[in-house]
Order: sequence, then structure tokens, then C-alpha cells
Amino acid sequence: MTKTLTKSLGLAAMAAVAGVLAVSPAQAAGGGGHPIAHQPWSYAGMFGHYDKDQLQRGFRVYKEVCAACHGLSRVYFRNLAEPGGPEFDEEAVKALAAEWPNQITDGPNDEGAMFQRPARLSDRILGPYKNANEARAAQNGALPPDLSLITRARNTHNDAPWYLHVFLMARDVFTGYQEGGSNYLYALLTGYHETPAGFELSEGMNYNVAFPGNQIAMPNVLDGGPVDYADGQEKYDGPKASLEQNAADVTAFLAWAADPSLNERKQTGWLVMLYLLITTLLLYFGKKRIWSKYH
Amino acid sequence: MSSHESNYQPTSRMGKWFDERLPVGRMMHGQFIEFPTPRNLNYWWTFGGILTFCLVAQLVTGIVLAMHYQPSAAEAFNSVDHIRRNVNYGWMIQAMHAVGASMFFVAVYIHIFRGLYYGSYKAPREILWILGVFIFLAMMATAFMGYALPWGQMSFWGVTVITNLFSSIDSIIPGVGTAIVEWLWGGYSVSGTTLNRFFSLHYLLPFVIVGLVALHIWALHVAGQNNPAGLDIKTKSDQVPMYPYAVAKDAVGLFAFLLVFAWFVFFLPDYLGHADNFIEADPLVTPPHIVPEWYFLPFYAILRAIPSKLGGVIAMFASIAVLAFVPWLDTARVRSAKYRPIFKWFFWAFVFSCFALGYLGALPAEEPYVTYARIFTAYYFAFFLIIMPIVGIIETPKKLPGSITEDVLGPGGGKGATAGAAASPETR
Repeated sequence: MTKTLTKSLGLAAMAAVAGVLAVSPAQAAGGGGHPIAHQPWSYAGMFGHYDKDQLQRGFRVYKEVCAACHGLSRVYFRNLAEPGGPEFDEEAVKALAAEWPNQITDGPNDEGAMFQRPARLSDRILGPYKNANEARAAQNGALPPDLSLITRARNTHNDAPWYLHVFLMARDVFTGYQEGGSNYLYALLTGYHETPAGFELSEGMNYNVAFPGNQIAMPNVLDGGPVDYADGQEKYDGPKASLEQNAADVTAFLAWAADPSLNERKQTGWLVMLYLLITTLLLYFGKKRIWSKYH
Repeated sequence: MSSHESNYQPTSRMGKWFDERLPVGRMMHGQFIEFPTPRNLNYWWTFGGILTFCLVAQLVTGIVLAMHYQPSAAEAFNSVDHIRRNVNYGWMIQAMHAVGASMFFVAVYIHIFRGLYYGSYKAPREILWILGVFIFLAMMATAFMGYALPWGQMSFWGVTVITNLFSSIDSIIPGVGTAIVEWLWGGYSVSGTTLNRFFSLHYLLPFVIVGLVALHIWALHVAGQNNPAGLDIKTKSDQVPMYPYAVAKDAVGLFAFLLVFAWFVFFLPDYLGHADNFIEADPLVTPPHIVPEWYFLPFYAILRAIPSKLGGVIAMFASIAVLAFVPWLDTARVRSAKYRPIFKWFFWAFVFSCFALGYLGALPAEEPYVTYARIFTAYYFAFFLIIMPIVGIIETPKKLPGSITEDVLGPGGGKGATAGAAASPETR
């Protein structure tokens, strides 16, 4: 029975692998009616981890572009200096917090009044609006969502025929891939196209292939790659500013914001897997010895 | 509670003194060390132990989570996020509990399918089986209320949809359904009050499950374990003591299972959940597709397959209730499907239907999916109500091995030279 079980499990695994190989690059969808491609995220899959430089670039995109409308209120300034994240210098983060335009409402003070003060390391990264109503009033009725959890709060789904589902799922499960949210966000940020003929776009809306319904209030803010990482340095040899580069970097940064323990999680995971694998093998051989006179 | 005497011998005076007053050591020794287990059990039999582990793991991680969780509409979502971000190893504990619920259901479904395949519900194990159905029901209630606690969009709308099912009673006695729903909610809609009572019940029900599991194990130890051959233990050579034999095998099964468990906790913590639950509950925004957790999808598909609301609710509850009658619906003379050439095919078709219903439950309720869901729902019930009684009568079972020993050693085993070695631990 053990043998047949192992054999059938082995066959199932082989069939799954063969199936995955046969399937062309997976076409996922996000509700916009257009396919959404897998992106090569550094943090995707079982060996994935955040690229510190990319998170730093991504934070710049957030700060210079997204923060004009979106908050990041579940993330604290101190997180920006912690291991496994952008790992900015702590003094730099202190300075950043002190200069952050959206100050902290504190109090009441000795006179009983609330007051505004600059942010500290222990404060949240606030957006420009005090509440949803203020945001809607300023944004023509649209609500720019807080971005703290955005990559985990979005996903793509497979449009593949039913018999391929099991293989696509097997591929994601065996490779430890759950980055649908990042793929969606990247597709959204790079998904502003010419409005097709015959599509009725409401006033003040923009056409986007990834967004459900294809009408989004947010404009194409990353058009042309507004965040220039070179800062006019002559010797700069890092990534060049472009829509795709800005979009990928800010997506990676927001993936970290939503899941800051990913590096530690996967690192711990490998130790746990190693321990469990060795113990399982030891137990298996122990069991074989114990049962040897019964088979 | 046992079908055999315990040979427990306290070695110390203290042990002897204690044994004369409260023989708990004697009971444990008799039930979990000497307890005779069939020697032909395969790895599918390790899921009982795996499920016990799952229950304990959920209790331990759940109690730790409850130390940091705040069951209020304003703070529930924030506190779960806080656990993941700021509590030491909170990301791990929370993932273990959420993934643990899924793994609990993976294990229980394998356990149930195993019972169905090998006829573990047949006499004298009817009560054992029915207790299992009750455990399954209690697990579903616990998981459903637990899913409400993170207070995300799917939590809120899942609770709204499922509690609203009771309003279908209005079509029998007008007003009663609505009254029940409002009583469940503690108001006129799902609110913080609902969340608060769900938290209370989510903490209570696992201990009810502990009690049911104790009875389940008790009943198991009275009837003894079924086995792949579906034969009773007749001679000493048919059995091995639980320790070290069954324990050693259970340990291998458990650790192999933990490999899968850990893989999801550390590499795919979000994979089995729904992204919408990372959006805080908002009574004013309905998600485009409200779907339950994956382990409820087959039942959700059955619910939606029936054109009337009340009919759907009845079908959904009936799909679980029918399990309790399986011991009497199955008319076969042998237990194990291994020796049932016709039934075997119907069994695997049933497994396929359950997967198909799960797949369809995740899709929108529109054509052609609804038609498929109806076909598989029909088969789900036909399997229990038509196939089980009829196939049991018309089918000629294959020849059974003469004994459990023969099942392991082949014909003549237990009488020839090989049996001497096998039987030696007991006879010597």
C-alpha cells in the first residue's frame, strides 16, 4: 500500500509537471477583460525576497507621486528602517518623518486643545485627507484607497479552461507563487490606453485595460516615468526612469508595505521545511525498522 | 471503555497508590499503548491522529490570537492587521490559524472519503460515524464564525449571505425566518453585535468539538479500528499493539502532512484565502462575487443549484444530514470497496463530483455552470440514496482474504512458516 501510494503520488506529480510545461504562459485576468501577465518579481516564489534598492526606489515613487492622494496609514515610519524592508538609514527616516507634509493630530494639550505636530518614527505614514469624505470632496467623488494592504487586497483569476485549472494551481502551489495582487497592480499602473472607439467614458474618468469596468478616476500618473532616480548624477548607472520601471518599483514597495515580514517568513520557512523533512525521513526509517518483522 | 483488559503494572509505590485511587494511567496504557490495532492499516488511517493535531493546533494558535484580537466592528480588522505587523511572530501565528483551518478541512475530507471507501461506517461503527458527522458540522459552524472575525469584505458579506438563508423560512411561515435572522444578528443587519457573538461562539465551539472528539475516540476504542480489508480482528496475529506500531506510522503521516501545512504557512499564506478580505468590511459596498472559503464551495454549489431559495437551503443541509444515514443506506455485505468492483467506480465518480461542485461553487451562478452544478448535485444525492442501497444488493463482492494476516502475507499467511515470525511478539 505504501508503495502504491508513493507511486501514485509520484505519477500525479509527474503529470502535474508535464501539464505545467504544456501550458503556455498563464493568462490571468483581473476583471478588466484583458489578460494580466506574471511579472518577474524578486519576491515571488519560494526563493523570493525583496530587493532593498527596488523598495527604496519604490518608496520614492510613492512619496513623489502616490502620496499626493493615497495614505499608507498601516505602515509606520520606523518600518522604513527595519530589516527586510527598504532599510533606509534611521536618521534619514527621522528627517523624512519630520518633513512629511501630512502631520499628526496629537493632544489634547494642557489647554485641552488638539494640535498638529511633525511625525516621528513611531507615527503612521498618513495621506493628505483626514477622512473619506474629505478625500471624496477633493477628488470629484472618487476615494483614493489607503495603499497599506493594496497588493494583498487585489488578485487575478485564471480564465483558463477547467481542465487546465488544476495544473495552473499546481504550478503556483509547487513554486510558492501568490503574487497575483502585484501583477494586477502593475497591469493597472501600466494599463492606461487610448479609449477605444465606441467606448463611452464618463466625465473625468480614464480608460484602463486592467481596471474592472475599464473606467478609473485615477489619471495616468506614471506616464513617461516621472520619478528620475538619477537625480542628474552623471555617474548614475541604476535603472532609468520609465513608466514600466516606476510602476514595477512602486508595486514592489507596496507589496512590502502589505507584507513586511515576507523575507523573514520565507527564511524561517526553509528552516522549518528542512527540520520537517529530516524528521519525516527519520520517522519513516524508524517506522520501517519497527515494522520490519511484520511485512 | 475497552474491549480488552489493561496489563498496566505501576512500577513505583507512588504509581501503585495513584492507580488504586484514579486509574488514569491504567486507562491510557490500555487505550493508547497496548490497544490492539489491525496490522494492515495503510497511511490513510493516519488522518485521525493528524486531525487531533489540527484541533490542538487551532486551539493553541487561536487562544494566542484571542489575546491580541478585538471583536468590535471598529477594531477587528485593525487588530488582525496589528497582529500580523506588530505582534512578535504574529504573522506566523495568524497564518498558522488561517491556513490551519484549511488544513483541518483537507484532513477531515480525506478522513471522510477514507471512511466511505473502506466502509468504516458499517456495523458496529454506526455511532462512531454519526459522531464524526456531528464533529464535521461543529467544525463547519466554527470555521464559518471564525471567518467572520477578520471583518474583511468577504467576512461581512459571507455572514450576510449565509445568515440570510434562514429568512427562507418566511416562505413557510411568514415572519418567522426574518425573526430568526434578526435574532442571529442581534439587530436589523450584520453589525458589531453579530461579530461579538460570533467571536464568543467561535471560542466556545472548539471545546464542544473536543468533547465530541473524546466520544468519537471512545466509540472507536469500543468497536476497534476498521481496516483496508474491512475484516475484524480474529487472532493475535491480526493485530499489533498501538505503541510502537501504529504510533510510529501515525508519526510519519503527521510529519508528512506538516510539510504541506508549513509550505502553505510560510510560502503561500494568502493562497487559500480571498483578496477581498484584506479590505475592511463595508456595509455599503457589495463585492462583485461573494464566495465562501474553498472548503464550503461544494455545499455552496448545491445551495445555488436548486432554483428555490428554501429548496436550496434544504438541499444544502440535507447534503450533510444524509451522511448520518449512510450506515443504513449501504446494503453491501462487505465493508471495503477494495472488494466491491462496481461500487468502487461509483465511489470515484462521487469524489469527482465533490471536486466538480467545489469548482462550480467558485464560479458565478450563471449558465452553463448552473446546469452542471445541478447534474453533480443530483449525482451527490443519488450516490447515497440510490447507488448505495442498490449496488450493495446487486453486486457480487470479490473474494475476501481469510483474515487480516492473510491480507498482509497473502493466502495461507498466518498458518505457514512466515506466520511464525509475524506472530512471535505475542506468542513468545
